[in-house]
Amino acid sequence: MSALPDFKNRARAALADPVLKVAIDRTTGNAERKRAAAVAAFPEFEAARARGKAIKDHVTAHIDHYLEQFERNATARGAQVHWAADDAEARAIVTRICLAADAKLVTRAKSMLGEEIGLPHALADAGIERVETDLAEHIIQLAGEAPSHIIWPAMHRTREQVAELFKAGHQPPPAAEDPATMVQSARRVLRQKFLSADIGISGANFLVADTGATCTVTNEGNAELTTTPPRIHIVTAGIEKLVPSTAHAFALLRLLVRSATGGEMTQYTTFHAGPRRPGDADGPEEMHIVLVDNGRSRMLANEFREMLRCIRCGACMNHCVVYRQIGGHAYGGTYPGPMGSVLTPVLDGLAASRDLPNACTMNGRCAEVCPVGIPLPTLLRAWRRRSWREGLEPGSLRAGIGIWAQLARRPRLYRLATRIGLPLMRLFGKGGWIARLPLAGGWTAHRDLPRPAARSFMDQYRARQKGRK
Amino acid sequence: MTGEPKPTVGLFVTCLVDAIRPQIGFATLQLLEEAGCVVEVPQAQTCCGQPALNSGDDRDAAHLARQTIAAFEGYDYVVLPSGSCAATMVHGYPDLLAGDPDWAARARAMAAKTHEITSFLADVMGYAPAGRRLNASATYHDSCSGLRELGIAAQPRALLSHVEGLEMRGLPGNDVCCGFGGTFCVKYSDISNAIVTEKAEAIEETGAEILLAGDLGCLMNMAGKLNRRGAKTRCFHTVEVLAGQADGPAIGEEAL
Ligand code: SF4
Repeated sequence: MSALPDFKNRARAALADPVLKVAIDRTTGNAERKRAAAVAAFPEFEAARARGKAIKDHVTAHIDHYLEQFERNATARGAQVHWAADDAEARAIVTRICLAADAKLVTRAKSMLGEEIGLPHALADAGIERVETDLAEHIIQLAGEAPSHIIWPAMHRTREQVAELFKAGHQPPPAAEDPATMVQSARRVLRQKFLSADIGISGANFLVADTGATCTVTNEGNAELTTTPPRIHIVTAGIEKLVPSTAHAFALLRLLVRSATGGEMTQYTTFHAGPRRPGDADGPEEMHIVLVDNGRSRMLANEFREMLRCIRCGACMNHCVVYRQIGGHAYGGTYPGPMGSVLTPVLDGLAASRDLPNACTMNGRCAEVCPVGIPLPTLLRAWRRRSWREGLEPGSLRAGIGIWAQLARRPRLYRLATRIGLPLMRLFGKGGWIARLPLAGGWTAHRDLPRPAARSFMDQYRARQKGRK
Repeated sequence: MTGEPKPTVGLFVTCLVDAIRPQIGFATLQLLEEAGCVVEVPQAQTCCGQPALNSGDDRDAAHLARQTIAAFEGYDYVVLPSGSCAATMVHGYPDLLAGDPDWAARARAMAAKTHEITSFLADVMGYAPAGRRLNASATYHDSCSGLRELGIAAQPRALLSHVEGLEMRGLPGNDVCCGFGGTFCVKYSDISNAIVTEKAEAIEETGAEILLAGDLGCLMNMAGKLNRRGAKTRCFHTVEVLAGQADGPAIGEEAL
């Protein structure tokens, strides 16, 4: 067993996996290029971004009003609205509905909130068969894994690895390894499930307050097949997904899709407003909407409020140097990348996740691309501040910073320390470089350190000033 | 020059420049004087406090912020050869001291007159180096804080375009972080190494003889990696080339 904390262990394992790196580079690299092109071709992007930010902030400020309005309108359309304060309650509500309906088979359209509340496990524990219908989710279900990206859950897997999974998991196995044949094979397997499922569970990208509708976007149409044929449709959604009206949903959708995939619109954008009405040809008999808080109302009142703007586009992770080296699983939570590093401490507690806000270079690229202007580095720094205050930062770091600060607060002593320290440090070097320096192993393990100057700037400058006089 | 009084500049040398590469401080001083400033180096300066700020240690960071403000507020301008330390003063100090009635306004006033050196020369002083020549090819890395927090991108390039004989080559991923990140590179050294390795590969692929950047922290990271890889790329801070000092030893080269 290594003595490293979990995050460092997971990151190290990810760094040692060359296939993972190829897979991440391929997907995030493409996403980065496509987003850049989409933004360049959308001259009003900045205005749209300001509008998106304003919409989300407005809803956050008036969340009670919009929640009530949504509940009223959704109920009027025949949906049943449930409230879940945390993940356990959300799981309990969903399983209760499933058990009451005597459901054997549940299809699920990709939803990060479902992951957040631990729905896959809860369904398994209740003895209910769960089938993931999103192609990427289908892949990771076969692999027994969690998503590693919020838009491309299986992006860590190469096509070759997927072919192996399909060969073992599909009956009969796909005839060839080309993408078309593999997709056909997944379709065949999934279609049987779509038609025999008792319940379909989906997330929602938006909850439209003035119509009571939920809105779900996909590029595969699997959400429609998940939510329409089964008898019961369950929507699980975080309360921050509210928007005042359909027009607002579309305003955010334009930002979401361009930022996520570089497209203009998703292939499928579906609004669900209540179950089947008398005379409707199809649709579920019951529709349940589970509104999940799980830490969100706490964020309303603290320094992480701006995080409630997040529309889960994934742009921050696609542009993050750290994510691109270690991938999503290393983060160890439901949400990876910069947004995950802000959200995971909210969901799992800071003590269990203090590495995440620290494992960031503060380069600011995530905030630069975030379509709703979330200042991610500022929020990460807020976690670091809390972690320092709560004494969660390691003693070695506290001591190091403490000694440094004590010196830096006394300029004369600081000068003296550099006068003594620099020649000492130089002893470890040869030529212009130091290849190994005690206490700086993290640096010299991977790179050389330029040998410090024999005399500091300040010493040289003072000597020069004296000479001038 | 007209008879206008010369602006006074307090030069903040940064702790890394002070200890590791004083040449950068002297090059900055020279450029400021050439641009027509009266420059002083206040002796009460040490470190801008960024290591504490980035570690969440706001109390020490605020103390260093107050110390720095007190030492520098008497000048017309505060100039630094570092985008990231400048950003700490411009954005970090006002945030840190926002709740401190005695210091909030002083922090804002200090922020308003603090500049990174290349943007100060180009935007405030309208300075362009004259008579510099360097026969070499070079590539430029945009350090993150300077680029994103202060908008420094055009200024160093414009200034460098006045150096005769200098052939600038594009660096793919020029705006992608080099993996330094202050204490990040030590705390998460494996991840940092993976990032800087990619950066070094991109630099080597340009075939440029020289790597330039505006932050010594990032330069030390990239230069240290390039040297460990056996690359021959020579690394300088932008001001060293602008001041005509690139005939001296590069980062990691010992003076004879
Ligand atoms: S934080 Fe911003 S960039 Fe990241 S997923 Fe959320 S909306 Fe997208």
